[in-house]
Amino acid sequence: MTVGQSVNRKEGRDKVTGAAKYVDDYHFQDIWYGKTVRSTVAHAQITGIEFLAGFDWSTVVLADYRDITSRNIVALIYDDQPLLAESLVRHVYEPILLIAAPTKELAELAAKHVHITYKKLPAVLTIEDSLSAEQKIFGDDNVFKSYTVTRGNVEDAFQSAEVVVEETYHVGHQEQLYIETNGIIATAKSDGTILIQGSMQCPYYVHRAIKELFGLPDEKVVVVQNVTGGGFGGKEEFPSVVAGHAALLAKKCGHPVKIVYERGEDFVASTKRHPAVIRHRTGLTRDGRLIAAEIDLTFDGGAYCTLSPVVLSRGVIHALGPYKCPNIRVTGKVVATNTPPNGAFRGFGVPQACFASEMHMENISRKLDISPVELRRKNMLHQGDYTLTGQQLTYSVGTQQVLDAVLERSDYLARRSHKQPELSNKRYGIGLSFYYHGGGFTGSGEEKIKGQAAVELTAEGTVRILTASTEIGQGTRTIFSQIVAQELGLRPEDVEFEENDTSKVPDSGPTVASRTCMVVGRVVQMAAASLKEEMAKRIASLAQCQASEIQFEGRHLLWQKDGEIISVSFAEAAERCMSRTGFLKTTAQYSSPPGIKWDDVTYSGDAYPVYAYAADVVEVEVDMDTFEVKILKVTTATDVGKAINPTLAEGQIEGGTVQALGYGLFEEVAWKDGKILNNRLTNYIIPTSLDIPDMETVLIENPYPYGPYGAKGIGELPMDGGAPALVAAIADAVGAVVTEIPATPERIMEAMEKLAVEA
Amino acid sequence: MNKVYSPKELSEAFQILNSYQPLKIVAGGTDLMVGYNSGMPVPDQLLNLWKLDELRHIDEYPSLLKIGALCTYTQLIKDERVRKYAPTLVDAAKTIGAMQIQNRGTLGGNIVNASPAGDCLPVLAAFDAVIEIGSVRGLRQVPFTDFYTGYRQTVLAEDEMVTNILLPKQKTEESAKFYKVGTRAAQAISKVMMSVRASIDAQKCVKEIAIAVGSVAPTVIRTRLTEMAIRGLIIDESLIATARKEMMEEVRPITDIRSNEHYRRTVSGNLIAKFLRENYLA
Repeated sequence: MTVGQSVNRKEGRDKVTGAAKYVDDYHFQDIWYGKTVRSTVAHAQITGIEFLAGFDWSTVVLADYRDITSRNIVALIYDDQPLLAESLVRHVYEPILLIAAPTKELAELAAKHVHITYKKLPAVLTIEDSLSAEQKIFGDDNVFKSYTVTRGNVEDAFQSAEVVVEETYHVGHQEQLYIETNGIIATAKSDGTILIQGSMQCPYYVHRAIKELFGLPDEKVVVVQNVTGGGFGGKEEFPSVVAGHAALLAKKCGHPVKIVYERGEDFVASTKRHPAVIRHRTGLTRDGRLIAAEIDLTFDGGAYCTLSPVVLSRGVIHALGPYKCPNIRVTGKVVATNTPPNGAFRGFGVPQACFASEMHMENISRKLDISPVELRRKNMLHQGDYTLTGQQLTYSVGTQQVLDAVLERSDYLARRSHKQPELSNKRYGIGLSFYYHGGGFTGSGEEKIKGQAAVELTAEGTVRILTASTEIGQGTRTIFSQIVAQELGLRPEDVEFEENDTSKVPDSGPTVASRTCMVVGRVVQMAAASLKEEMAKRIASLAQCQASEIQFEGRHLLWQKDGEIISVSFAEAAERCMSRTGFLKTTAQYSSPPGIKWDDVTYSGDAYPVYAYAADVVEVEVDMDTFEVKILKVTTATDVGKAINPTLAEGQIEGGTVQALGYGLFEEVAWKDGKILNNRLTNYIIPTSLDIPDMETVLIENPYPYGPYGAKGIGELPMDGGAPALVAAIADAVGAVVTEIPATPERIMEAMEKLAVEA
Repeated sequence: MNKVYSPKELSEAFQILNSYQPLKIVAGGTDLMVGYNSGMPVPDQLLNLWKLDELRHIDEYPSLLKIGALCTYTQLIKDERVRKYAPTLVDAAKTIGAMQIQNRGTLGGNIVNASPAGDCLPVLAAFDAVIEIGSVRGLRQVPFTDFYTGYRQTVLAEDEMVTNILLPKQKTEESAKFYKVGTRAAQAISKVMMSVRASIDAQKCVKEIAIAVGSVAPTVIRTRLTEMAIRGLIIDESLIATARKEMMEEVRPITDIRSNEHYRRTVSGNLIAKFLRENYLA
């Protein structure tokens, strides 16, 4: 049994020893370096571009939007974002001009000699300004996309509510801060093929973007993922921009062109998590049963649409949390502002929604004087219940198990009644969050993608996986090799991978949406099962036995003949299977579990095939002199379906939780006139190892019948619940509820002052 | 091309300072290199002090320690005499960056960089340190509290450099504390810092007190009005309240990307209250 074992990370040795080659480790003799000249204003007409004297312009190659032969777009959902600005800039840092030079220094120097003049236009910099639509920057109302989901009769239900609790919550930007910054090398071949290699999550997204940009057929664009140092959504759609820039320069200058951002540029140029304002109005019975809810979410999309409609959609669907409420209306919109476009980030709209919904539960529990645990128990979803989109949950619903487990393991009830130390000016607090996250694409998404993967026998008699799912640190290669090894009776080390190259691997769909294990893992499992079936068939015809009698075990194929066990090694069997055809390869394609129904128009039905559930308990100590928060302990319990590799699953949960705690406590982008003031690791504050305490991670396995061995997607889930549990713990310690994150000492102090004034 | 001078003798460094202006002095480079990497223009001529072992000594005298300007934070943290006679300087040094920065950053660099958020500076101010300055013209001494003339401005002439720091020893009857409020547990630049040194007798009377604050004014400052409001009085709730109020009035904080004025003012008040409260309870 290899599934369920914490086998070593497949690429771990190469990464630890430095043998792994990232894009910046590739050096070609004739390579040139690309540099991007960006807007310095938030909204303006470009009135002129001057190339200043004092620089020898013959030593570099320039490119602007006029060099784009097909469509000046970053192809995604609305195709509203130009690869390079034409006459108008819509945000600071918008790319305007590209420079290629034989050295990085020369490209930098050239950029310093470009002077762009602007006629400034009024800029829309906040959600409030955008909603007022005094300045129209997108359509008539500045709204990229809106959704409404309704169930029951909300107005009548509010009439009968005994208590109504209303509050507004604010969350800001968050930067993904993958350890390796964005980087691409583009080569324009003499036959017109464009070759892209670099750091990315979704090679086929880049493939499509480059095709659109140059009007090329599929086979004329080849995209190869290099070893990638983290993504977290930040390399979902954004690498298409860098790849477009590098390709444009490579075509024009005739050299391969490398663009690798420095941290400061990556920080300002790349997408971030959407800021949001979320209002909750909830009607309850006096004993704490939800009977009516109105939730309104407004997300700041930035200057271009990118993936905002999809991010918002996930936020809307998760807006209530894993609770029952018969009468509910959720409205959501994502608006345009003259700030850099926001995009995918682990959690994808849910961390915003979850912070608001779980802090609202905290506020309700305070207002009704009901314990946070009791409030959750009264309203949580169980098997057979319906979600806000009308989806009946029929399997793998671990709600009660995760709550029970986290309470027991953290000793929550005893610790909540813990007495405060009398002499010290520090206060202890404990907070709870309870949440869920749908795995895979929303609604009919997976049906549209039809993700594929293949497995084949190698000449050495082992197995190779062909998939476009990328390894970005989360363990794709390890778990896929475990799944295939399990199917075929092999060891994970007997399984290798085809290079992640769009000319070699099928489109498995993007590496996003907590779908890699649950959806693509399932497809890989199906492909391996087909390979097994085909091998059994071929061997059976040679051995003159029934295919169904052949067992795959311990790197051997076994069957009985005349009461005797016959055994052939897998490698030998593979050789025999390929003796006639020379190869054996099986491909599988995803299909949704039976009975899944989704209506895109009414936004109702089965939003996701399954949800993963979790609960967090965070304990803190707040210094009442400085309002600094020390996180003492974090306990999480997660219903993962099945942990293919428990260590990697725990790693995902711990890592996501750390990001969530950073989101809740520290991470804040500082802005002035549309410019970012803290684009460095010294002033954009993320947690260090000293800020993060011991974590206890409980895995609960409540199998999902249509996932590989029961596994559900958990890549994003751990990002959702850390912030509200943390802020609830702070509220428990200091008595005041902070409704805006990060809950900095400054905000905690203000919340306490406000509470003192009200008292 | 940039010219980097790396003298091995102090006298040679003075000569270079006298002859090759303009010149930027590098005493470790933990602030300068970050600046240069993020686009600050690199001067044509640099004077690298790293090879001046003469400035790496720590000498003990009856009432003070003489600390060479090139002593690293790691050196201060490990030195038995500094640990014994200037424990708050050790506390401050430990909060700077992480191990790599502590191995390379120097006390002299911290002083001359002249940031109001320099972590060791409140300790030097609270202990009335004296700065020894050298040049071809000889040595002179300036009280640390007179060393800064404005935001990022010092009394150093173009041809001068800091050579040693004379730091009075903490006396056995004195109680001292260093507080740093940063943005996270490590690798943090301060929002508020306070260094306090006091003599408090058995009756809880504050015989003598010196308080210095950082990150809450254009330079590190001594809060002498607050000191006066405390000095000679017995610690009680009323004195704690007075000290808090005086401190909040005396600091001159601003709002920047790390924090805001209101928070810095409030926490400055809270920290002096904390010092008095803890000594009262002690």
